[in-house]
Amino acid sequence: MYNPVCKPVYKPLIRLCGVHTHIGAYHILHGIDFEIPEGEVTVLLGRNGAGKTTTLRSMMGLCPASEGKIFFRDTAMEAMPTAEIARLGIAYVPESMGIFSDLTVQENMLLAARQARRAQDLDPERLNWIFSLFPALRKFWLFPAGKLSGGQKQMLAIARAMIEPRVLILIDEPSKGLAPSMVNNLIEALLALKAQRTSLLLVEQNFRMASALGDRVAVMDDGRIVFRGAMADLAADESLQQRLLGLSLGGHGS
Amino acid sequence: MTVEVPIRSHDASTEAILPKAQFDLIPFILVLGLMGFAWLAIGSASSWLTLTVAGLTMGLIIFVIASGLTLVFGLMDVLNFGHGVFIALGAFVATSVMTYAGQAGMGGVVSLFIAMLIAMAAAAAVGWVFERLIIRPVYGLHLKQILITMGGMIIGEELIKLTWGPLQIALPLPEALRGSWLIAEAAIEKYRLLASIIGLLVFGALTLTLTRTKLGLLIRAGVQDRSMVEALGYRINRLFVAVFVAGSALAGLGGVLWGFYQQSVTAQIGTQVNVLIFIVIIIGGLGSTLGCFIGALLVGLMANYAGFLEPKIALFSNIAVMVAILLWRPQGLYPVSDR
Amino acid sequence: MMRRLFSEDFPESRWLSAALLLIAVLLALAPFLFAGAKAMSVAAKILIFILLVASYDLLLGYTGIVSFAHTMFFGIGAYGVAIASIRFGESWSALAVGLALALALSSLLSLSIGLFSLRVRAIFFAMITLAVASAFQTLASQLSDITGGEDGLTFKNPQWLSPSFEPFETAVLGLLIDGKALCYWLIYIVVAFMFFALLRIVNSPFGRVLQAIRENDFRAEALGYRTVVYRTLSNLLSALFATVAGALLAVWLRYVGPDTTLSFEIMLDVLLIVVIGGMGTLYGAVIGSALFVVAQHYLQDLLALAARALAGKPLLADLVNPDRWLLWLGLLFVLSVYYFPSGIVGRLRDARTKANKRVT
Repeated sequence: MYNPVCKPVYKPLIRLCGVHTHIGAYHILHGIDFEIPEGEVTVLLGRNGAGKTTTLRSMMGLCPASEGKIFFRDTAMEAMPTAEIARLGIAYVPESMGIFSDLTVQENMLLAARQARRAQDLDPERLNWIFSLFPALRKFWLFPAGKLSGGQKQMLAIARAMIEPRVLILIDEPSKGLAPSMVNNLIEALLALKAQRTSLLLVEQNFRMASALGDRVAVMDDGRIVFRGAMADLAADESLQQRLLGLSLGGHGS
Repeated sequence: MTVEVPIRSHDASTEAILPKAQFDLIPFILVLGLMGFAWLAIGSASSWLTLTVAGLTMGLIIFVIASGLTLVFGLMDVLNFGHGVFIALGAFVATSVMTYAGQAGMGGVVSLFIAMLIAMAAAAAVGWVFERLIIRPVYGLHLKQILITMGGMIIGEELIKLTWGPLQIALPLPEALRGSWLIAEAAIEKYRLLASIIGLLVFGALTLTLTRTKLGLLIRAGVQDRSMVEALGYRINRLFVAVFVAGSALAGLGGVLWGFYQQSVTAQIGTQVNVLIFIVIIIGGLGSTLGCFIGALLVGLMANYAGFLEPKIALFSNIAVMVAILLWRPQGLYPVSDR
Repeated sequence: MMRRLFSEDFPESRWLSAALLLIAVLLALAPFLFAGAKAMSVAAKILIFILLVASYDLLLGYTGIVSFAHTMFFGIGAYGVAIASIRFGESWSALAVGLALALALSSLLSLSIGLFSLRVRAIFFAMITLAVASAFQTLASQLSDITGGEDGLTFKNPQWLSPSFEPFETAVLGLLIDGKALCYWLIYIVVAFMFFALLRIVNSPFGRVLQAIRENDFRAEALGYRTVVYRTLSNLLSALFATVAGALLAVWLRYVGPDTTLSFEIMLDVLLIVVIGGMGTLYGAVIGSALFVVAQHYLQDLLALAARALAGKPLLADLVNPDRWLLWLGLLFVLSVYYFPSGIVGRLRDARTKANKRVT
C-alpha cells in the first residue's frame, strides 16, 4: 500500500515508496521505502537473497513492482517500460554484465551510445577518458566481447554506462570475481563518474569497496530495508556491521 | 581531439593472447563438398551444371523466404507457422499485377519487377496486421503461438481462395525471360539466373544491414539479449514489428520468385514450402541469417540432386541432411550464443 | 462401478453430461435410426475421430506437446490393416496381423521421434514432426507397389463384417442387420473401450505427472521425474491409440489412400477439434468430433442454401460459399485459442461452477 508517511525531506533523485515485488508466486520485496539522493554514491548492502538485485530490477522496470510507487524526480515510473526508464538517463549494469558476446567491444559501446549512429560518432573525449581508465578496452576494441576475460567484461559493462552522460547508474556487484588491482581501477572509474555529477546506486558485497565509495548506505534483509544512514556511520561502527551483515566484513571479499 | 582507436587489429602481441574470432568456414565447405560429391555421382558435367544452378536458385529463393522467419524467431522467440500465408499472398498478387500490366501493354520484364514491389508491399501490409492481431497477444506463449499462427494461416489461405478463387492460376514468365542460355553445353534458364541474382542481392542487403548499420546492430544484440537492449533505452517492440513486417515482405518476394519458378500458383504454396523453410532454419540455427543462407543452399541443392539421382528419396534427403547436421551441431550450423 | 469406469473423471456439468449421453445413445443406435449410407458414414467417422482426437488430447492437452505427426500413425494403422488383408486374404487373422505390425511400426517411429526430438525445444519438435509426417506422406504415395500409391488400396473385410453378410433373416427393430452394421458396432465398442482406457490413463499417477510436466517441466524434473521418459511414453501411447483408430477407419471404408488418413488437412481438423472441444479434457474430443463431423457434412448444405439466397450479392455469396467453410472454422479456432482456451467443455464446466457459486 502507498505509505503516506513516505515524504522526502530533501529532493531525492529516486524515491521508492512501499514497493512490493513478486517473482511468480514468490513475494520478494516487502514494502521498500528507499531514496537515492542526487550526486552521491548510495550503496545497497545485504546477504545473498536479501532482494538487492530485485530492487534494482524493479527500478529498471525489468521486474515491475506489484505494489507501491517509484519516483524519478517528480515522475512516477513504476509502470514505465524499461526503455523509457533508460531514456530518463538511468543506466543499468546487471550482475551478469549483459555483454553481447557475439558483438565486438566497439559494437557493444556503439549500442550503449544512443546518440551515435556509427562508430565514428562516439564522443572522442569520453572515449579517451574511458580508455585511460580501462586500457584493455582499447587493446581489444575489435574483438568479440565474448572472448574477453571476466574482469575485462566487467570493465566493458561499466564503460558502456559511461559512454554518454547519465543521471544515474545502477550497478549490481561490479567487483565480484575481480582481482584486487582491477577493483582499484573500478573504484577510480566510479569516483570519476561521481565527479561528473552522475549519481550511483551500488549493490556490493565487498564492504571495503563499499565503504571507500559510498556516501549513504542502506542494508537489506529478507526483502526489507533494515538500516539506512550515512556510510561513515556504518563504517565506524563494527558492532553495527556485525549485527546487520552477519559477519565481520573486514575479510568478506576484500 | 583524436582518439587512438585501432582500425585493424594487427597487433601481434594481442593476437598472441586473444586470436581474433576465426570465421567458421566449415558450413561453406559443406556446400562445396555436396556439389563435389554430386559431380562424382552425376557424371555428366552439363547435367551437373544445370542441376547445380537449379539447386542454387531454389536455395536462394528459399533463403529469401526463410530469412524473415529466422530473424523473427531469433529476435522475439516467436515461431510463425503462418509464414506461408505471405508467400502465397505475394505469388497471387503477382498474378494480378501481371494480368493488369499485360492489359495495359507494359513490357514483360518491367511488369515482373513491378509485381515484385507490389507483392512485397502487400505482404508487408498484411504482415503488419498479422502481427497486431495474431502475434502480439501471444508473446512468450509458445503453445498458443503455434496454434494461433496455424489458425492465421488457415484463415489467410481461405481469404486468398476467396479473392482469387480456389483453382491454380498460371503465372507465365514474360517473353524476354523464357528460354535458356547455353553455357558449356548446359542449358541455364534465364529466369533462374535472374532469381539467383535477386536472392544474392537480398542476402547482401541483409548482411550489410545487419553488420554495418545501427539497426542491424540492434537486431543482432536483441537476438542475444532482449532485456539488455531495452535497458539500453531501445524500444525493442517497435524493432520487432519492423523486423516482422520486413520478414513478411521478403516472404512475399519469395512467393513471387517461387511462383515464376513453377510458372503457376496455388493457395497451398504456403503449406508446401512451410516444411522446407522449417528444415532450413533448423539447419541454419534459429536466428542466424548466414546459417539460413547455407541451410537453404544445402536444401535446394540436395532437392535437385536427389530428384535427379533417386527421385523417391527427394523429400527424405532434406530430412536426412537436417538430422545429420543436428547430430553434429544440435543448435544448427551457426548457433546464436546465449540462447 | 460408474466411478471406476469413468476413473473418477466425470463430466462435471449437467449440460455436458446430457450432451455426452445424447451422443453416446445416438451413436449406439445409429444403424436403427439413420437409414442412409451418408448418415452411417458420418456416425462412423464421428466414432473414429473421437478416438483420434482423444489420443491427440493426451499428447497436446495433458502433456503439452504439439506434434504434427499424429496423422502419420493414423495412416500406419489404416495401411497396416489394408496391406495385410490384401497379402493374406481377408480374414480376422489378417486384421490382427496387420494391426500388430502397424502398432509395432508406430511404436518404433514414435519412440525414435520422441527420443531424438524431445531433447530439443518444443518448437523444434513441432517442426520436426511436421517434416517427418510430410516425408511419410510422400513415401506412401511413392511406394505404390506396397501402398497403391495415389490410388490407394481396396480390400475386403472378414465375412462377418462384409455388407453381404446377414445373420438374421428378418429385420430386427426395423433394420436388416448386415455386416456393415456389425462392423459399425465393432467400431463403437472398440472406441468406447479405448476412450475409457484413456480416461484411466490420464487420471492415473502417470497422467498426473504428464500434467505436471505440461505446467512446468523444470519443476517436474527437479522433483525427480525424468521428463524425457514421460514425454516419450505419452508420445508412444498417443501414437498407439491413433494407430488403432486408423485400423478402424480402414475396416470401415475397406479402402485406404493418402487422402483418407495422411493428409495435412486431417491433422488440422484434429487440431481444430481438440482446441474447440477443450484441451486436456478428453470429453472435448467427443463433443468436438461430433460437432465438427456433423458440421463438415451438413453445414455445407446449409451454407449452400445461404449461398443461393445471397446469390445476388457477390462478396457475401462468396463468404458463405460452402467450400469456404474452413474460413469460418479457422476464425472459430483462433477465437477459441484466445477467448475459450478451455474449449466448449471448459466453458460448460465453468458455467456449472458459477451456477454453484450463485446457489451457495
